[in-house]
Amino acid sequence: MADTTAAPGAASIPGDVSAARNRATTARRFRPNGSAIVMGLYLLFLMLPIYWLINMSLKTNTEILGTFSLWPRNLTFENYVTILTDASWYMGYVNSLIYVLMNTVISLAVALPAAYAFSRYSFVGDKHLFFWLLTNRMAPPAVFALPFFQLYSSVGLFDTHIAVALAHCLFNVPLAVWILEGFMRGVPKEIDETAYIDGYSFGRFFVKIFMPLIASGIGVAAFFCFMFSWVELLLSRTLTSVDAKPIAATMTRTVGAAGIDWGVLAAAGVLTIIPGALVIYFVRNYIAKGFALGRV
Amino acid sequence: MNKTVNQKAWFLVLPVLVLVAFSAVIPLMTVVNYSVQDTFGNNVFFWNGIRWFEDMLASERMWNALGRQVVFSSIILAIEVPLGVFVALNMPKKGFWASFCLVLMSLPLLIPWNVVGTIWQIFGRVDIGLLGHTLDAIGIDYNYTQGFFAAWTTVIVMDVWHWTSLVALLAYAGLQSIPDAYYQAAKIDQASRWAVFRHIELPKMMGVLMIAILLRFMDSFMIYTEPFVVTGGGPGNATTFLSIDLVKMALGQFDLGPAAAFSLMYFLVILAVSWVFYTVMVNLDKREGR
Repeated sequence: MADTTAAPGAASIPGDVSAARNRATTARRFRPNGSAIVMGLYLLFLMLPIYWLINMSLKTNTEILGTFSLWPRNLTFENYVTILTDASWYMGYVNSLIYVLMNTVISLAVALPAAYAFSRYSFVGDKHLFFWLLTNRMAPPAVFALPFFQLYSSVGLFDTHIAVALAHCLFNVPLAVWILEGFMRGVPKEIDETAYIDGYSFGRFFVKIFMPLIASGIGVAAFFCFMFSWVELLLSRTLTSVDAKPIAATMTRTVGAAGIDWGVLAAAGVLTIIPGALVIYFVRNYIAKGFALGRV
Repeated sequence: MNKTVNQKAWFLVLPVLVLVAFSAVIPLMTVVNYSVQDTFGNNVFFWNGIRWFEDMLASERMWNALGRQVVFSSIILAIEVPLGVFVALNMPKKGFWASFCLVLMSLPLLIPWNVVGTIWQIFGRVDIGLLGHTLDAIGIDYNYTQGFFAAWTTVIVMDVWHWTSLVALLAYAGLQSIPDAYYQAAKIDQASRWAVFRHIELPKMMGVLMIAILLRFMDSFMIYTEPFVVTGGGPGNATTFLSIDLVKMALGQFDLGPAAAFSLMYFLVILAVSWVFYTVMVNLDKREGR
């Protein structure tokens, strides 16, 4: 109570300074709690459906359909065992990972020099080219599904990993160029000039000096390529049938003659969340900058 | 940054050009090709002029799908942008809890889109889903495969669940870039919370918010997988958005000509709106002198 005592004569000052200060401290003390409630509710809203998926993946089908329980009564890992021991299931994950990694490598390899050009030089048509690249990010995959199917069939790439990897370049390359360009802008041009004066060739400068400087940018761009290739389904499903079939398409298998195998479906869903959850931890501090295409 | 004029920079851009030309220009030309031709099968095509475009412009089906799409995208933007900003304002500024929130919030963004659909399909079912079961228990008639209203609500809540974090993350990044001195100045001026938001935080967030709106508009306008998994476009045609209708037409019924004409007009709409956003964005960038 001691610090609530007003200073002598404080009451006579117009506006009562100490009262105002008190109100300010209370407000400061209570505001974080309000925020915590908001964040708590929001995170609860985000996590509930995911929790429900995990919950279902740990139940047997009889329990899922028979009783309604908030947590698994008879904990079972049977659904996961089904997936991890059946080649037609786990090959889906392998296929997805293969084309996602291929896509990430290709996208970065072509996007790095292009982003450097956009960030350092101005040349005829650069702005139009940049917007044209962006338009590919806007192209609805549905528009491209059929032509892709025909194009890759005609060049004999249908149902291969590289076909999906190339198709996903449609939206990942523009994105990678954008993100990298944003990061490269933050590197002062004097560094380039000094290196050239020191006798570095362009290639050596780029690999030895420049790339380490934008390492975080490359990491973020790689993460976004990984992510958008991982979550996309329409194109990867259209371009594959057996050999390169992604996990997301394999999941439709759970719909059988005897109804839907909910437990296995949920377990497969949980397993698709894990790669994302793993990589997200490493880029957590850059993720917003990446979504802002390097422009924060 | 001052850029040097250097036409040789084209060589650095060349790989991107070749790759994107292969994966974008060739397929797009195929679409253009189909849109002006007709066939009686056997791969024999003949010139059809702009008939398909006229047909599609006259067809009620396309206008209805476009209407649903516009309504959907507007609702999505109207909910996600304010909600995202609100969440960003309430996020912890630094330390363990900030990272904790960032990681959890990003999680929905990294789930494959059909799994997002599956999650909500399960979550909303009356027999086995938490949401469906709860709503049923308190006496609300909820069935997203039958009811028009339930289907729309489910699809919208699903999208809010899936993408609000994107807006929040961007807004958060914008907020982080505001120096403390701005807030101190506001405090000295005894600015109200609303004034701080209106005159300090909002202008600083404008740039990233434009990106958020651009991305959300583009992606919601192209949405396919999630509603397809949950409602399959139903009940009836209630949630058949443009992409769903297009895939139905092109891959389901194999009406290549109309589907191609439809695709091109669809793409042009997205392009036009995105161009407007992009121009605003670039101008904002310039005004901030970046």
